[in-house]
Amino acid sequence: MKDLGRYVLQAVFYVPLMAILAVFSRWPAFDVIQPGEALVRLSIAHAAERRHPCRERTAEELAKLPPNMRAAQDCPRERAPVKIEFEVDGKLVYAAEVPPAGVQKDGLATLYHRLVVPAGEHRVVVRMRDRADGPFNHVKDEKLALAPGDALVVDFNASRGGLEFRR
Amino acid sequence: MTGGRQRAYAAWCALEARLDGAFGAANPLRHLGALAFWLFWIVAVTGIWLYVFLDTSVAGAWRSVEAISAQPLWFGRLVRGLHRYGSDAMLAATLAHLAREWLAGHAAGFRWFSWASGVPLLVLLYASGIGGFWLVWDEQALYSVVATAEWLDWTNLMPEPFARNFTSRAQLVDRLFTLFIFRHIGIPLALLAGMCVHVQRVVRPATHPPRVLAIGSLAALSVLSVVVPVQSAPPADLGRVAQSLALDWFWMSPHPLMYATSPAALWALALAALAILLAMPLVMRARKLPPAVVSPADCNGCGRCFVDCPYSAVELVPHAMKAAAPRMARVDPALCAGCGICAGACPSSTPFRSLVQFASGIDVPGRAVVAMRAELEAALERTAGAVGSAPGALVVYGCESGVDVAPLAGDGVVTLKLLCVGMLPPSFVEFAVRRGAAGVLVAGCPGGACDFRLGMQWTEERLAGAREPHLRANVPRDRVRVSHAATPGALKAELEGFRAELVDTYQRGGVVPRV
Repeated sequence: MKDLGRYVLQAVFYVPLMAILAVFSRWPAFDVIQPGEALVRLSIAHAAERRHPCRERTAEELAKLPPNMRAAQDCPRERAPVKIEFEVDGKLVYAAEVPPAGVQKDGLATLYHRLVVPAGEHRVVVRMRDRADGPFNHVKDEKLALAPGDALVVDFNASRGGLEFRR
Repeated sequence: MTGGRQRAYAAWCALEARLDGAFGAANPLRHLGALAFWLFWIVAVTGIWLYVFLDTSVAGAWRSVEAISAQPLWFGRLVRGLHRYGSDAMLAATLAHLAREWLAGHAAGFRWFSWASGVPLLVLLYASGIGGFWLVWDEQALYSVVATAEWLDWTNLMPEPFARNFTSRAQLVDRLFTLFIFRHIGIPLALLAGMCVHVQRVVRPATHPPRVLAIGSLAALSVLSVVVPVQSAPPADLGRVAQSLALDWFWMSPHPLMYATSPAALWALALAALAILLAMPLVMRARKLPPAVVSPADCNGCGRCFVDCPYSAVELVPHAMKAAAPRMARVDPALCAGCGICAGACPSSTPFRSLVQFASGIDVPGRAVVAMRAELEAALERTAGAVGSAPGALVVYGCESGVDVAPLAGDGVVTLKLLCVGMLPPSFVEFAVRRGAAGVLVAGCPGGACDFRLGMQWTEERLAGAREPHLRANVPRDRVRVSHAATPGALKAELEGFRAELVDTYQRGGVVPRV
């Protein structure tokens, strides 16, 4: 009888513990974005042009190199940083100059930025420069209609024409 | 800081004591580490079942989890619920275990290894658990994996941001799910290996909770799984972002915290927490007890101290004095807790030795067996003088880590403190009774709360004759009592009950002790 009483007390003890598990495994609900908002993510991984252009080696220079290394051009490995500006409805919301990865600075320049915007129609402009100097050489300017909960991605794909908006 | 911690620990112990009525020796608050082990196995076994039916593809994962939940006779929801709620409970039990050990001052001293090896387990546990949510591939999974990726990407250690994998449907491939599965199996295996390392330095590690606790927790989780089934959110859609999510806060709390602050802030918080935990053995002041000392001339190499030491601090080596025995004990001071349980196990630790000054085969400096004898003799004489010439005092041996027995002294009661009741050789009980004590009450820590792990268990077994050195049969068992009382009130009540029983017994026998 005493054992039975103990078991009942144990069951009573488990009730609040299980209630805690049940409640906090699903409550309170978390608002990832507010109603009527959409998410825009700028996600680019791009190998920019070389910072310094290749140059032709002279005949003397080539002669000094081992026969198997006599490449006609000397191309410095370092790449230019990727410069980007991101504008929504005429307002600059993000700007960055991203250096290339790697010790030799010859890797991809990567950037990732998330931005919550109100749903609706927006004029989105992305400008990107992937060379050492000069004006922006990639520009994407579009009017986009974003529904609440839409997740738009801005990416760069050279084989598909450069900057692109994807959902 | 120390005062606050001690007050908090006292409050924790008071809470533990409240549960004693329902659970007794299976008090869950005193078996949190073992409970975490048990929950790990629940989660592991149910995870294997879920894996059998899981479709590890982008298109099929969500559907397969829904199909598992719909398995007949609520079996699917039971298994899925045990897996999810079990992991929630394991995280909670682990954090509670960490808090209790810190409050108890177990982060430093000879326990440093157990503490330090436990800290990385928190990382492995979290990494194991959070990856499980991604396999469901619902909106919650997408939110969690993107948040985790954005957090990891802040380090800039990967050639491309991990989060880019989740920016378009085209970039998400089934192979990524294979990676998820691989890490969700591999990291728990690493966690299990780490758990084995965590308990490596202790003898008989508490990796199994008492049966009643194991069955009770499993039953409670089973009922919860069936009554409140785990449900998936709508399937993940990379072109959409969920507006509101029913997050599992046990695991996902860091995500909203990161978005409320920044990935850098979350990294700083996580690394600072880990650094503080890892530094705890260095900065925390722990009670430093002198390690046990072996007297080769008195050690016959019986090996009882070797068997009984809870921390593997005693080893047996060739005897320094070959004539005495082929082997003798040797103490590793780095592992020794100084608890004296080895002295309680030594057959030479007996107060019946005729020498005025003697050494035990293994002894604790400052708490030598010969000093314990002198203390007991003096206490018995003092009490005899105080209450008359007839014997009959009640001797109460108390543990320094348990309920303080000092307030019970007086009125025919003598109290003596031990580092751990495990250092009490049973022959002292016989000695006290032979010297006229009406009875001996040994007040140790409540079940599962022994500060030196096995002291109370060994003492009970020795007094019951189930372990060497045992209490000899000529000592009437009704004159010996063991108490697990967790509060002063409970101990006093047990003492009064014992006293009343003794008076009753001896009244019926015609002899009334002065108790």
